[in-house]
Amino acid sequence: MIYKRITLLCGHYGSGKTNVAVNMAYDQKEAYKKVAIADLDIVNPYFRTKDSAKDFEDMGIELIASEYAGSNVDIPALPQQIYSICDQKDKQAIIDVGGDDRGAYALGRIAPSILAENNYEMLFVINCFRPLTRDAESTIEVMREIEYAAKIKFTAIVNNSNLGEETTREDVLKSLAYAEEISQKTGLPIKCTSVYNKLYDDLKNEIPNLFSLKLQDKIN
Amino acid sequence: MADKVLMKGNEAIAEAAIIAGCRHYFGYPITPQTEIAAYMAKRMPKIGGCFLQAESEIAAINMVYGVASTGLRVMTSSSSPGISLKGEGLSYLAGADLPSLVINVQRGGPGLGGIQPSQSDYFQATKAGGHGDFRMLVLAPSSVQEMADLTVKGFELADKYRMTSMILADGTMGQMMEPVSLEYDIKPMPEKPWATTGTKMEREHNIVNSLFLQPDALEKSNLERFERYKYIEENEVMYEEYMMDDAEICIAAFGIAARVAKNAIVEARNKGIKVGMIRPITLWPFPTKAFEAAAEKAHTFISVELSMGQMLEDVKLATKCKGEYMLCSRVGGMIPSPEEVLAAIEKANGGAK
Repeated sequence: MIYKRITLLCGHYGSGKTNVAVNMAYDQKEAYKKVAIADLDIVNPYFRTKDSAKDFEDMGIELIASEYAGSNVDIPALPQQIYSICDQKDKQAIIDVGGDDRGAYALGRIAPSILAENNYEMLFVINCFRPLTRDAESTIEVMREIEYAAKIKFTAIVNNSNLGEETTREDVLKSLAYAEEISQKTGLPIKCTSVYNKLYDDLKNEIPNLFSLKLQDKIN
Repeated sequence: MADKVLMKGNEAIAEAAIIAGCRHYFGYPITPQTEIAAYMAKRMPKIGGCFLQAESEIAAINMVYGVASTGLRVMTSSSSPGISLKGEGLSYLAGADLPSLVINVQRGGPGLGGIQPSQSDYFQATKAGGHGDFRMLVLAPSSVQEMADLTVKGFELADKYRMTSMILADGTMGQMMEPVSLEYDIKPMPEKPWATTGTKMEREHNIVNSLFLQPDALEKSNLERFERYKYIEENEVMYEEYMMDDAEICIAAFGIAARVAKNAIVEARNKGIKVGMIRPITLWPFPTKAFEAAAEKAHTFISVELSMGQMLEDVKLATKCKGEYMLCSRVGGMIPSPEEVLAAIEKANGGAK
C-alpha cells in the first residue's frame, strides 16, 4: 500500500484500530528503513499496541508508548516521545489513537504540526459489527465527533468490519455496501478493506485493496 | 444489519440489561468496568431511561435501593474497591428484600491494587457482601455471550427471589471482545405487591425498610429469608461439566480461569491423562452436589483461580475433604497460563514435577 509520512488511525471504540495500526507498521517496515508506531490510546486499559512490543523489537520498529500502558495503574498519560514524530521527518509514523472523540482529544495536541507539514493520512476505521456503529448514519455521527475532538479531518476510510476470529467471508462481503454508503455520504475514499490473514486468499480477487491482518496474540 | 455483533464483555452486560427492561443505571467510573457506564450514558437517553453518574459508589447503591423499592429493574456496576464501598448498601437491600443487579468486574487487590484482572473478591461475593446474615445470587460468566445471558438471568432471579444478583466477572471478561447474539425472550416481571408505587387511596401503604424494633420479628425475617436460600440452593444451581465422565483429576475453575483450564485439559487428554472440569456458573449457590459426585471417581481436585485459593475452600467443603487438593493460581492481575495448569495436572497425575 502507499503511505504518507504520517498515518493516523481513529475510529469508534473497539473498531480494531490497534490491529490495523500494528499491521500497517509491519507493512511499512518492508518499504522504509525507519518506522515508528505510537500508542496514543488514553481510553483503553487492556489490549494495547504495546502488547506487540516484542514483535516490534524483533523487526526494528520503534514503539512509542506510555510507560504506564499495560501496567497496573490507570493513568491516561501520553509518551513524551510523540513530539519526535513531528520533528524527525525522515521516519514513517503510524499513530494509534484511542477510541471515540474522547480518545481523539489526545491528538489535538500535535494536530497543528501535522497539519503544517501536510504529509499525513487520517484514516477512519469502521466496523459494522460493533453495536453502536451498525449503520452508516450512526457511524458518520461518531466520525464527526472524532474530527471535532482531533482537530483534523479524515482523508480516507479503512473498512475493518469483523466479528473477531469468527468472521466469515460472507460477513466481509456484506460489509462492503455499508462502507460504500459511508464513502458516498462523506466523500471519503475507501483506502482498504482489512481482513485477518486466514480470509485473505479467499477474498483477494473479490475485494479491491484488500489488506491482510496478522492478529495480536490473545487469551482463548 | 447482522445477527451477531462484536462486543466487549462490559458492553454486552449493558445492552443485555437494557433488553431485560432495565431503565435505571447508577454508577461511578472505575477501570476495568467503565465501558458499562459509558455505554449506558450513550444509550439510556435515547430510550427514555435514566443514566446517572453518582457522586460516589455509596450514593449509587443507595439510588439502586430507591428504584428497587418501586419494583423497577435497576442496576449498578463497579470493580473491586468500588464494590467494597457498596457493601453497606448491599446489606440494606438484603434487609429490605429488594431485587437488584450488581456487577463486579474484578481487579487485583487488596486496597487500590491494580487495574488488571482478578477473582479475589470470591469471599466477598459469596460469603460477606456486607454485614448481617444474607446471601446474594452470584453468577460467574466465562464468555462475552455469558456476560449478556447471565445479566438477563440475574434480573429474573433477583425478581423471583427478591434478592440482589451479582455478576462476578473479571477484567478480562469485561475487556475482551467476542461475537454475541442478543436475542432473548424476556418474560414479564412478576407481580410486586410490596413495591412503593403509590396507593391511589386504594390499598394500605407499603413500607420498604430494614429496621425491626423487636428482636423476635427480626429473627423471624432472617429465618424466612434462609428458608428461601435453602430453596435456591436446591433449585438454582448452574454449572458446566467438561470431560468429567471418566475424570480422575477434577479441575474447579470459573470465569477466565476456566477458559485457560480448558486449553490445558485438551493438552492433558492428548497425553492420556484423565482430567475434567466442573465450572461453577453460580458461585452461590455453589454446585456442591456436582463436586460431591465427582469425588466418587476423582482422586485429586485442582482449583484454578485468580485468587489465593478462595474457591478451593468451597471445593473442600463440598467434597468433605475426601481427596487430594491443589491450588493453581496467579494473583495481583496475573493470569495462570495453560502451561502452568498443565504442569499442575501432570503433578497431580504423578508425572512431571
